[in-house]
Amino acid sequence: MPRVICTDVSGHCTALEIPPGWSVMQSAVDRSIEGIEGLCGGMLACATCHCYVDPQWIARLPAPSAEELQMLENVAAERRAGSRLSCQIFVDQSLDGLPIQVPDRQL
Amino acid sequence: MDPIIIIGAGQAGVQIAETLRQEHYSGPILLLGAEAHGPYNRPPLSKKWLLEHHDPAQLAIRSIEAIRRREIDLRLNCEVVAIEPARQCVRLADGQSLPYAGLALTTGARVRMLPGPPLRGVFGVRTLDDAQALAAAFEQCLARSAPLVVIGGGFIGLEVAATARKRGLEVTVLEGLGRLMSRVVAPIVSEAAARVHRAHGVQLKFDVQVEGLVGRDGQVSAVRTAGGVEYPAGCVVVGIGVIPEDRLAAAAGLACERGIIVDACARTSDPKIVAAGDCTARRLADGTLLRLESVHNAIEQGKSAAAALLGRERPFTATPWFWSDQYDVKLQMVGLSHGYDQIITRGDLQKPAFSAFYYRNGRLIAVDSLSRIGDHMLARKLLDNGISPLPAKAADPAFELASLLKASGP
Repeated sequence: MPRVICTDVSGHCTALEIPPGWSVMQSAVDRSIEGIEGLCGGMLACATCHCYVDPQWIARLPAPSAEELQMLENVAAERRAGSRLSCQIFVDQSLDGLPIQVPDRQL
Repeated sequence: MDPIIIIGAGQAGVQIAETLRQEHYSGPILLLGAEAHGPYNRPPLSKKWLLEHHDPAQLAIRSIEAIRRREIDLRLNCEVVAIEPARQCVRLADGQSLPYAGLALTTGARVRMLPGPPLRGVFGVRTLDDAQALAAAFEQCLARSAPLVVIGGGFIGLEVAATARKRGLEVTVLEGLGRLMSRVVAPIVSEAAARVHRAHGVQLKFDVQVEGLVGRDGQVSAVRTAGGVEYPAGCVVVGIGVIPEDRLAAAAGLACERGIIVDACARTSDPKIVAAGDCTARRLADGTLLRLESVHNAIEQGKSAAAALLGRERPFTATPWFWSDQYDVKLQMVGLSHGYDQIITRGDLQKPAFSAFYYRNGRLIAVDSLSRIGDHMLARKLLDNGISPLPAKAADPAFELASLLKASGP
């Protein structure tokens, strides 16, 4: 299974194994990663699973949809170049080791 | 050391348990769930999940392992029959009595069903079991070309109607009042939603009083309405609201009024007991009671409740928000529009892709957005920061609402 390396608010690092068909958000909430809320369960309605994808890696992900971009415009934490909603990130083996960082707040 | 006991392993219950740990409470926590499933997300049940029959594991709010890792003692299939505040203990159906140092009630709500004997093919949509049974009933209806009748044109009913149409079922929605979602949204939003549902082939019937269900051999066959009209039904979804689950609390003598009464810090009338989520009715500063049924409320009240259990005050004051998905229309609501005296729209009403800005006494109180995600996200920030765009500015498509946030600074 591909892994995503997730750094939470307190700097703690977790290697998240992503089962096939699962989003990064699902794996993060499943493992109870602090700071990824995912209130809407991945329906692209809440923007509480915001994360920062490492800038070196961001171009390797499929581009965000128009809906995701609109949600990202006003996320609670600072928006950065690597800002994505983790419910929209699906990874395969080619993205094994993808580093993401949890922002300081989601609400 | 007696544990903190949380009755109800849904969104609010999980939030309380996790916040307690985040706040460094290291004593025992017992999380009691009545269902056989671990904590799961309910919102997708009437939407995407109903259509795609995902693996139940994907609905999980947390994996059971993650809960155990935090030393939260999760017990499933666990029914509490009584709370004894004087002895500070709860009694379980199996006769056990569990003492508590602090108690949290996150008992949720149950679906309001129609009176009369139970019939097969009649569903509420609240639990994973409900959704699984309904998904199976959809397939049977399809095989028999039998229609779905939805009673109630609120969020749940309309989400199920949209999902059923996507699956190819014939759908009729019976609404008791004159328009859709009438308790929550303005007529202009109701009308847009009605157009979308009709365009997708849903039959909408307004001002219809349901008298009862017609059954054949224990299986529902039709819905009978006042005036004697019968709507044939292969299955029926009842979406006429929920009843806050406050029976345990009321029997224990806690103040309840259509929900367990709590203050802004999620405290009940008993100093050792807090409550959060759908089971509560929050007393506002003006004395009125506010009931919110939403994930956002469960989470925020859960955080307040955990703080209260630790003797801290963390009032829940954030502007509430909600969402609903119907076809490709994303309906997102922030704030409470009740009592508005002016409404401004922004965007394309026909498409529909617009937002309704609700004002009271010239101040913005709520925004409903249909497929206007950017407006919704902005509105959350405007309302949370007490920023009220002038109505004329809100209506002006050339005006950048975001500039108001920049002007006020972060």
